[in-house]
Amino acid sequence: MKLIMAIIKPFKLDDVREALTPLGVQGLTVSEVKGFGRQKGQTEIYRGAEYHVSFLPKIKIEVVVPDDLTDQVIEAITKAAHTGKIGDGKIFVLDIERAQRIRTGEHDSEAL
Amino acid sequence: MKKPLNVWGLSALLLPALLLALPAFADDAAAPAAAAAAAAAPPKLDSGDTAWMLSSTALVLLMTIPGLALFYGGMVRKKNVLATLMQSFAITCIVTIVWTVAGYSIAFTTGNAYFGDFSRILLNGIAGFIVKGNDTQAFVLASGIKDVADMSTTIPETVYMMFQMTFAIITPALIFGAVADRMKFSAVVIFVTLWSLLVYSPIAHWVWAPSGWANQMGILDFAGGTVVHINAGIAGLVCCLVLGKRVGYGSDNMAPYNLAYAVIGASLLWVGWFGFNAGSATAANGRAGMAMSVTQIATAAAALGWMFAEWITKGKPSVLGAISGAVAGLVAITPASGFVLPGGSIVIGVAAGVICFWSATSLKHLLGYDDSLDVFGVHCVGGIVGALLTGVFSYGALSATDASPDGSPGGLDQLKIQAIGVASTLVYSGVMTFILLMVTKALVGLRVDAEEEREGLDIVLHGEQVF
Repeated sequence: MKLIMAIIKPFKLDDVREALTPLGVQGLTVSEVKGFGRQKGQTEIYRGAEYHVSFLPKIKIEVVVPDDLTDQVIEAITKAAHTGKIGDGKIFVLDIERAQRIRTGEHDSEAL
Repeated sequence: MKKPLNVWGLSALLLPALLLALPAFADDAAAPAAAAAAAAAPPKLDSGDTAWMLSSTALVLLMTIPGLALFYGGMVRKKNVLATLMQSFAITCIVTIVWTVAGYSIAFTTGNAYFGDFSRILLNGIAGFIVKGNDTQAFVLASGIKDVADMSTTIPETVYMMFQMTFAIITPALIFGAVADRMKFSAVVIFVTLWSLLVYSPIAHWVWAPSGWANQMGILDFAGGTVVHINAGIAGLVCCLVLGKRVGYGSDNMAPYNLAYAVIGASLLWVGWFGFNAGSATAANGRAGMAMSVTQIATAAAALGWMFAEWITKGKPSVLGAISGAVAGLVAITPASGFVLPGGSIVIGVAAGVICFWSATSLKHLLGYDDSLDVFGVHCVGGIVGALLTGVFSYGALSATDASPDGSPGGLDQLKIQAIGVASTLVYSGVMTFILLMVTKALVGLRVDAEEEREGLDIVLHGEQVF
């Protein structure tokens, strides 16, 4: 099992979700996060006072999938979240040791 | 902690004494009023005027709570939102009591040219004309001077007193935008009490009581350009100079917590301002209609003036800019409403929008003071623009009476009178504010310490947080 963690632009969330459902992804976790990368930040001006905001709002998606689905999911997210402009985000993949569904006690791939 | 306790101890001693005096005042109230009524034909009440003034009073209160509270609350950082809302709310309560105890008497009784007398302490005698649930005659403020006309109204004195109270409330509430994020609440409470009695009430007396020197000089200030806005604006500047800059000013991000609050607040101010300006006609008449018209027109012109000035010079028309421009326009038309026509109001609006844009975004940074929410840049500068231009654009017929068939038309002479009124307000309010700040500082101190300021006033001063 792999944990696929993707940081994407907030307005791309629906596109990503729609791209993942046909692959058999049955659930994912979404968080509103802030961070910086090559996009740097943005400048805000309030009555002449300029503030450089270095942390921009992003969406973090976390989805755990069976090993054989990993490449397809990465590809789908990349395609759906792509705009070609700086700040599109990144995808990280981690190994998952165990998984368990709380309601039924099912393990690992059955729990996904 | 020792000093504040002493202060509260003192006021706790005074309060019962004042309350004991109350029945004594109420007893002998009716006698002189009845005698005065018999002497001349009593001025008649008008129920239409009274209804409009009751409504105006409610509208002006709406300007402070929640209007100004939200306008200011939305512009500070998240950790100071409740403390900022609390200032407007607490000031509403404090000034209500101060006005009842002595403020109204100092402002709106005969007295001398600078200060009223104490005949209306604790509103003594305000029920003097009440018979069978209504006043038998309308309120007249005697000039007490041979050749100066009395000020007659067509409404009961209670309504006049309440309408003026809402002005006394908003004026000190405006000041604290200049020192947002750093003033002790105990200092606010003490300073407001003193300032309302010793600065607001006397200046209201100068300008609006028939015996006041500025009124006799012929100053035109329909709804409070000098009394409210220049007064609060210069006091704000002195406050922020005395308290000093916010911790982290110029380096930390001090972006507004929620500009949507500020937009709601500014919009409530705009609506409430119809009570402020059109209500200052003290009647439901054509002058009130003209005051309402020019208020709307000047406000729109000023919002657009600021918006386009910002768009051209900074590249984007900001929401904060548009609402700030609207408030600048409301401020500038305040003295002029009831005197000027729509054409003049457009000029006043555009001038206020563009000049206040410059003062809030450039002048402030040029001079380096930290007027957090631009009380000086918008209210004082906008008030001066309006007060002076009133002297230029005043249309005589609006202020004409039987005694003065030409009214007060604009011109060089009037402009000079306006300038004297502006300068006197700046000097008196500025100096008195400084003195009262020093008194407050000696009693409880003015500013929270740097660590508390970083933590935020909401939790430090009030023990609460906004969600």
